[in-house]
Formats: sequence, C-alpha cells, structure tokens
Amino acid sequence: MRYRVRAHFRETHDVVTVVLDPAEEPVPVPRPGQFCMLWLPGVGESAISLSGRSHPDEPLVHTVRAVGPVTAALCALGVGDEVGVRGPFGRDFGLDDPDLDGADLAIVAGGLGLAPLRPVLYRVLDERDRFGEVTLLVGARAPEELLYPDELERWSRSGAVAVFQTVDRAWPNWPHEVGVVTQLVPLLRGRVDRTWAFVCGPELMMRYAARSLVGRGIRPERVLVSLERNMQCGFGLCGHCQLGPFFVCHDGPVLEWSRVESLMAVRER
Amino acid sequence: MARDGFCLDLEPPTGEAAVVGRDALDALIAVLRADGYEVIGPVRRDGVIALAPVTTLGDLPTGWGDEQQPGHYRLVGRDDDALFGYAVGPHSWKAELFPPRADLYEVRRSGSGGFEVQASPPDDRPRAFLGVRACEVAALAVQDRVFLEGATRDPVYARRRAQAVVIAVDCGDPSSSCFCASMGTGPRVTGGFDLALTELATGDALVVRVGSDRGAALLARIPHRTPTRDELDASREVSRSAEQLLRRRLDTTGLRELLVAEVEHAEWDAVAERCLACGNCTSVCPTCFCSSVEEVTDLAGERAVRRRSWASCFSQQFSYLNGGTARAGIGARYRQWLSHKLSTWFDQYGTSGCVGCGRCITWCPVGIDLTREVVALRTRPSSATAVGMSLAEEL
Ligand SMILES: Cc1cc2nc3c(=O)[nH]c(=O)nc-3n(C[C@H](O)[C@H](O)[C@H](O)COP(=O)(O)OP(=O)(O)OC[C@H]3O[C@@H](n4cnc5c(N)ncnc54)[C@H](O)[C@@H]3O)c2cc1C
Ligand code: SF4
Ligand code: SF4
Repeated sequence: MRYRVRAHFRETHDVVTVVLDPAEEPVPVPRPGQFCMLWLPGVGESAISLSGRSHPDEPLVHTVRAVGPVTAALCALGVGDEVGVRGPFGRDFGLDDPDLDGADLAIVAGGLGLAPLRPVLYRVLDERDRFGEVTLLVGARAPEELLYPDELERWSRSGAVAVFQTVDRAWPNWPHEVGVVTQLVPLLRGRVDRTWAFVCGPELMMRYAARSLVGRGIRPERVLVSLERNMQCGFGLCGHCQLGPFFVCHDGPVLEWSRVESLMAVRER
Repeated sequence: MARDGFCLDLEPPTGEAAVVGRDALDALIAVLRADGYEVIGPVRRDGVIALAPVTTLGDLPTGWGDEQQPGHYRLVGRDDDALFGYAVGPHSWKAELFPPRADLYEVRRSGSGGFEVQASPPDDRPRAFLGVRACEVAALAVQDRVFLEGATRDPVYARRRAQAVVIAVDCGDPSSSCFCASMGTGPRVTGGFDLALTELATGDALVVRVGSDRGAALLARIPHRTPTRDELDASREVSRSAEQLLRRRLDTTGLRELLVAEVEHAEWDAVAERCLACGNCTSVCPTCFCSSVEEVTDLAGERAVRRRSWASCFSQQFSYLNGGTARAGIGARYRQWLSHKLSTWFDQYGTSGCVGCGRCITWCPVGIDLTREVVALRTRPSSATAVGMSLAEEL
C-alpha cells in the first residue's frame, strides 16, 4: 500500500522517525510489537517496527536507523515522498491479554529497542489503571544516542512510569546511570511474582537482560523478547528469519524467553 | 506410503492398472500437448539427465543410465534400451512450481516522489511432469505443506501445482546416493500421482497405475489393455529388486531429537573444514524453499522489478543483520541446514524435509554425505558448552 510522508524528525545522528499517511487503502493498524515492511521502489524493503500509537485514527509512525541502503533512503525521505507499506506482520506483545490485568511491568530497552517498545508505553499510559508498578529501563551507548529523551523525561515526571536510564559512556554532567542496562534490573519496582517483562534491544543485551530478570524470579514465560533476524517476505515463506523451529517474522518477533532460551544460548544459531 | 512415519503419507491410488506400449506413451505426450500442456520430462543434456520440455518419446534418454557417488555423476550407456534407466539428476520438479527466478511486481516512478505498482504477468502455462520418481512425489507433498499449508499460501506455486499433471515412474535402477527406502518414500511410487508407470524388464510394455480421475481420463484416450497377472507381478518385482540395490541407509530413529541435542557437537566444526558453502546442496534439493527478493532497476532508475530468486542458507548474506551475519561460521550454516531438514522441519510442517533422493550427496563438490554426517553425530562425543560470562565482559 502506498503511504505519503507527513512529517519526519531527526532523533539522533543516524535515527529518523517518519510519520506516514495512507495514499490509498491503509494497512490494518499494527499492534505494539508488530512490524511493517517499508519499501522504496528501486532501493529495497526493510522490516521496521511500529514506534507510534497503535490506533486507527493515528498515522503510521516508524523510527529508522540508517545502517544500509534501504534504511538510509528511508531516513532521507522528504515530506510528500511515497513509501510502500506491507503488513503489519508478526506476533505482538499481547497487551490485550487479560492475564496482564493488575500486573507489574518491566520494560527493558537497549538502543533502538526503545522504538518498538514506545507503542507499549503509549498503550500502558492510556490504560494506566489496569497495571500495577511500571518500570522502564533504558540503555544506550552514549547520551546522544538515547531515543525520545523528552518523552522519557515527561513519563518520568508524570510519575506514571519509573524511568531509569543508563549509558555505556557518559559526559561529565550526565544525571543518570553509567553501565549496561542489565545493571538496572535490581531497580525494578513491584513484585516479581506478578511481573511481566518486555525486552527489546541487541540480541546480546536481551540474552543478559532476560537472564537477570529470570534470575530475580520473574517467570521465563512472562519475559517477552523481541527478536531480529534477516527478513525478506515477512510472512513465513522466504526462510531467512529461521531460529530453530521458529520463523521469527511469523511466530515472533515477540517470543517468550522460555521458548527461545535454549536456542539463544547456542552461538550462531 | 511412509513406512516409518518419517515422511508424509500419500493419498493412495484409486484406479485400476493397465498395460501400455511405448507408442501409447508417445500418444500420451501428444494428448497432453494437444490439451495445451507443456510436457516436461527427462532429456540428456550437458552430460546429465536434465528435466526439459519434451515433444515426443524420442526426446527421452533411451538406453542411458547414470553412475553416482558422493561428489560424482556420470552418464553411462546401458545394455538395454530402457526409457527410465537412471536415478534422479541435478534438476527437480521444484523448479517448475517454485521457479528459480520470478518477477513479482513492476514499479514505475510517477511525478515527484510517487510511484505506481503493477503485478508482473504470471507464467501459468499448464505443465505435465513425465517421469516423477517416488522420492519426488514425496518431495511434492512436502512442498505442498510448505507453499500451500504453511504460514502463507504462495500464489505462484498454488496455480502451477493445481494444473500440474504428475506421471510418475517406479525406479528400477537406483543410484548409490539414493536412500529413499530409509525415508519411507521409495523406490515404489505409492500415491500422489495421476498415472504411475513401471517399465518392465522385457519388451516395450509398461504397467500403468491410475491415481486420479484426471489420470483415468488420460488413460482412456490412449491405447491400453488389461494387464496379465504375470505383468502385475513383474511390475512389483521391479520395485523389489530396486529395493535390494539400495545400499545407502539413514537410521531415522530418534533423529529429530538427536539434532536438537547435538547443537554443540564437534562434528559441526569438522564438516566446516570440508564444506565450501557453495550452496549446491540447497539448489539441487527438491524441498529447499528459501528465497530472497531483490530490486532490479533499469539504468535511469525509472522502472524497477521486484524479483524473487532461490536463496541458500549456506550463503553469508542469508542471515545477514546489520553488524554481521547470524550464522557467520560454515559449521553453523551446515548445522542449520541439516537440523532444518531432519528436525525443525517437523516442528514447522509435520514431516521430514528430506525425502532421501541423494542429490545433495552426488552434487556436493567435496562429497559431503548427510547420511555419514548423521552417523558422526551419533557416534562422536559431544563437546561441552562454555558459559558464565557477563554482558559487560562480552561487550
Ligand atoms: C522484526 C524487525 C523489526 C525491526 N524494526 C526496526 C526498526 O524499528 N527500526 C530500524 O531502524 N530497524 C529495524 N529493523 C532492522 C531493519 O530491518 C534493518 O536494519 C534493515 O533491513 C537494514 O536494511 P538496509 O538495506 O538499510 O541495510 P543492509 O544492512 O545493507 O541490509 C541489506 C539487507 O539485509 C537485511 N537486513 C540487514 N539487517 C537486518 C536486520 N537488522 N534485520 C532484518 N533484516 C536485515 C535486509 O533484508 C536488507 O534488505 C527491524 C528488523 C526486524 C527483523
Ligand atoms: S536433503 Fe539431500 S537427500 Fe534429502 S531430499 Fe534434499 S537433496 Fe535429497
Ligand atoms: S555441503 Fe557440499 S554442496 Fe552443500 S554447501 Fe557444503 S560444499 Fe556445497
């Protein structure tokens, strides 16, 4: 489906958020954790997660890091340019699940991993009364690499979410933590026996984060990680995204740690 | 019929049997062509038995056989004039249903920043497959699971498959690479065909079994007669003696679980020393289904075509992610391929992904033989896993 760029914002030196309006029949509304294939004719196609609100009245919002030809071209789009959109694809974070009523939430993001988790936060804030304690742990390489700093401040100030930020390398007046995001896990609020965790970031970070969350006593089937694999089709046919028995695009990208732990324990799986 | 449940059970044939002569087979090709089918069958080309359009029975490699070993293939003259006296060659029917290259869409730029998309015209000529072996009928059933009953139905495959007429043939002279009996897929064709032929050792008679209404209708249009009891016995004897010739074995007991358990086995490193990651095994395999999509543009950049092509899990780019390749080492790629074929395929499609055709053994330039790799995985001790680092240490 063709979409047109309504607006674009630079988030960091290599990350841009694009806001898209349908130029024809829109795709179904992606749920938090789902992704779309964004296509630039003549350049190629990339899997990009929803990073905006999951709502029929809202435009499609995606946050893209320029790492290669397609993502660089997506980051360079101007207002009015057209993009092809297929999707949405994949398994979402399952926020509609009534099991989450009254749950404490641990949202753990590394780097660009905050982008697919932002729709989760929007949703949680809209239904704040449904949940107990909500903690957001955010890690980035450096302060200037942190996504959505203004929103992080806003959420933190509102008191609705306990936000903890950390960076690998800080400048002198950095007011938050320094170190890897897994070191923030002890700061989680709430009770582990009713906590659900949503984790997205580089694979290595997710592996350690999931292990420390489980180590604290959160049930492994309640630790949801969002995996990344090479994807060409988005619907379980091209074979590229396989991880053991899973087609990450179709069975994932969101999968329970209990189902992927053994697969992710093996190198180069 | 899957004798041990490792491969799929096929729909058993419905109809009766008949006997036809070679002239009737020639007539069958003509009938199919008159109905608008492109008949694809075995031909001798570039030193191999290839699959290509045929117009008469004379196009078939009469009197030719093959010699196959790990990493070795050679055509040899037979001392009879058998029509189907060879095992499977490097081609498989996969190429007809899941084309090696297919254009999906064409895009043209329109105005500033806009574009128009048009679906590429499909190549949907009806096709008739002549000489489909038992392992290949099994492979078609596996591909049906993948392309018709998987996460998404593939429209190209669906259209071509619905039209395809399957004329199977029982193997009389399997190669040394074949292990269909271990996989429960051959050498006798037991279902999944419109017509199945057995070439009898003597004379020019072929026994025909009818597997579908479409097959019965075709048979009705060519000269045929009722078989004698001796001819039916002779037809079964062809398969019995073929089975005796099958030397290669794959022990499938506990195989699914073995590949889950042995992810850290030292054999993966050992095979990586030999494997060239050329991807021959995946392209000759009748069930491998992976593909990539690329964008092909004209020089001016005004027109682009999205083209789907076969891909191989042995290539470096296959699992490419920004910052590297998920399966950087060749051992990890071989492990992915073999584990998929023999283990995770079950999780995804409820069947083995290997049907025992032996192609990957013959066409591996260094002669890597999956049946021997399985033996190695069963016998050599597993290596230990190293764990216990922290994220900060690994970074
Ligand atoms: C489920 C999912 C969600 C994602 N969400 C986002 C997001 O919200 N924002 C964002 O910036 N990026 C996201 N990515 C990563 C993004 O898809 C890749 O960075 C992008 O495909 C790279 O394409 P390229 O042509 O710019 O770069 P190149 O690195 O040159 O890529 C070449 C090809 O490799 C493949 N590829 C390379 N890297 C990846 C990758 N990391 N994941 C999948 N395929 C890859 C693609 O098929 C691509 O066409 C996501 C990936 C997945 C699987
Ligand atoms: S894995 Fe090898 S033997 Fe098995 S079906 Fe594929 S090519 Fe044939
Ligand atoms: S196993 Fe053989 S055919 Fe397959 S990639 Fe390795 S060298 Fe090539």
